[in-house]
Amino acid sequence: MASKVLLSEKKVKIILSRLCHQLIERHGDFSNTVLVGLQPRGTLLLERLMELLNAEGIKPIAFGVLDITFFRDDFRRSEKPLNAKTTEMNVSVEGKDVVFIDDVLFTGRSIRSALTAIDSYGRPKSIELLVLVDRRFSRHLPIQPDYLGAQVDALQGDKVRVVWGDGTNESIVYLEKQSE
Amino acid sequence: MKKLSVSHLLGIKYLQPEDIHLIFETATHFKEVINRPIKKVPSLRDITIANLFFENSTRTKLSFELAEKRLSADVINFSASQSSVSKGETLVDTVNNILAMKVDMIVMRHPHPGAAHFLSKKVNSCIINAGDGTHEHPSQALLDAYSLLEKFGDLNGKRIAIVGDILHSRVALSNIYALKMLGAEVTLCAPKSLLPKHIESLGVKTSTNLMQVLDWCDAANMLRVQNERMELSYFPTTREYSQNFGLNGDRLKQLRKEIVILHPGPINRGVEITSEVADSDQAIILDQVENGVAIRMAIIYLLGSQLKRAVE
Repeated sequence: MASKVLLSEKKVKIILSRLCHQLIERHGDFSNTVLVGLQPRGTLLLERLMELLNAEGIKPIAFGVLDITFFRDDFRRSEKPLNAKTTEMNVSVEGKDVVFIDDVLFTGRSIRSALTAIDSYGRPKSIELLVLVDRRFSRHLPIQPDYLGAQVDALQGDKVRVVWGDGTNESIVYLEKQSE
Repeated sequence: MKKLSVSHLLGIKYLQPEDIHLIFETATHFKEVINRPIKKVPSLRDITIANLFFENSTRTKLSFELAEKRLSADVINFSASQSSVSKGETLVDTVNNILAMKVDMIVMRHPHPGAAHFLSKKVNSCIINAGDGTHEHPSQALLDAYSLLEKFGDLNGKRIAIVGDILHSRVALSNIYALKMLGAEVTLCAPKSLLPKHIESLGVKTSTNLMQVLDWCDAANMLRVQNERMELSYFPTTREYSQNFGLNGDRLKQLRKEIVILHPGPINRGVEITSEVADSDQAIILDQVENGVAIRMAIIYLLGSQLKRAVE
């Protein structure tokens, strides 16, 4: 499988910093905001953004981690069983401005499931969506991000993979081409 | 992605350790779900489940029904007392008639050992055994083991005592299989008349001395004396049973360490366990009930995900 670098470490850094400032621009001191990372991979982006926001002097920030497995629309349609990940929503979202955070926006079905799942924790005042990568022209549902890192064009079978650095490795976004 | 190695839940005997771990992992997620303000998920919205109870039950039936409803399944209930069974219909006919109404899954309790196994061979549906006579009660054993695991973190090498009417108990047999599979040591404690012959062949120890067993164990599962299944007298009086095999506060105080107390319910207060013990902090009886719903949601969810697809 051939892979191509879509976003380099440097680019990812700039984008994260921009997303962080866009959030501050709209949410101020975050007193009425809850950031919700979508399992499994949105939580890694949530961690990065939290670090940056804290560095800007914004704390505490209410946040949670949401798994949408039991709300997915492909139960018994996928060949593989759907195994859940941990949900940690120790905050109420009643009347709050919620921001969903995910790494790649593809068909939009996960977001639709998340919109249903979040209802179990209260009725938010508003919900926004932040994604690092938007795969254009691949949406199955009318869902668009409010905060966007980068847009990419990828074929149906291709995979966009976000690798997060851990101090020694770099954070890079790859496009993995379907073997030709 | 992990899946169960079986397509029915007939007994713990037929499961692999990986199956038990997968059920526990999934149950942990469902435990979080049932503690949300809104406790319902839509996973099984296109599945219909029939609860067939050919024998009385309160806890298990409610627990299964709640688990099914929390998963958004449609539920129909059936009790033998109000049915055509009393008119002479066979089990297979009854179930096939229910399945003809487009039911996807059967949860069944039956007074005869092996009834669930028999049914799984005769009808084309997914069967969950909610207790078959004196044979197995897998969901109870799973929730018992899960509750112990929550307490201890790991059951490997842990010492578990099962005390009481072992002979008539499906909970005991399923518990033995589950606990052994998870690496625990098991000792059964009961009057000789209530210990099945050759039960040691399952790799358990037996004893008739309650104090010795309590001193040895980390947790004790106190079973109910099942008077309804006894055609003979297995011990002289309830009072004598309670004096020799009942758990009371004095006995607990004499032990060197605090042990965890389980009871599958319904409790005969003052017989196998006194109120003082049943209501103490050492008893995790109500945790067992809460975990029961999560475990049953996990079982139904995992088996449900393996059902043939409705929309191809």
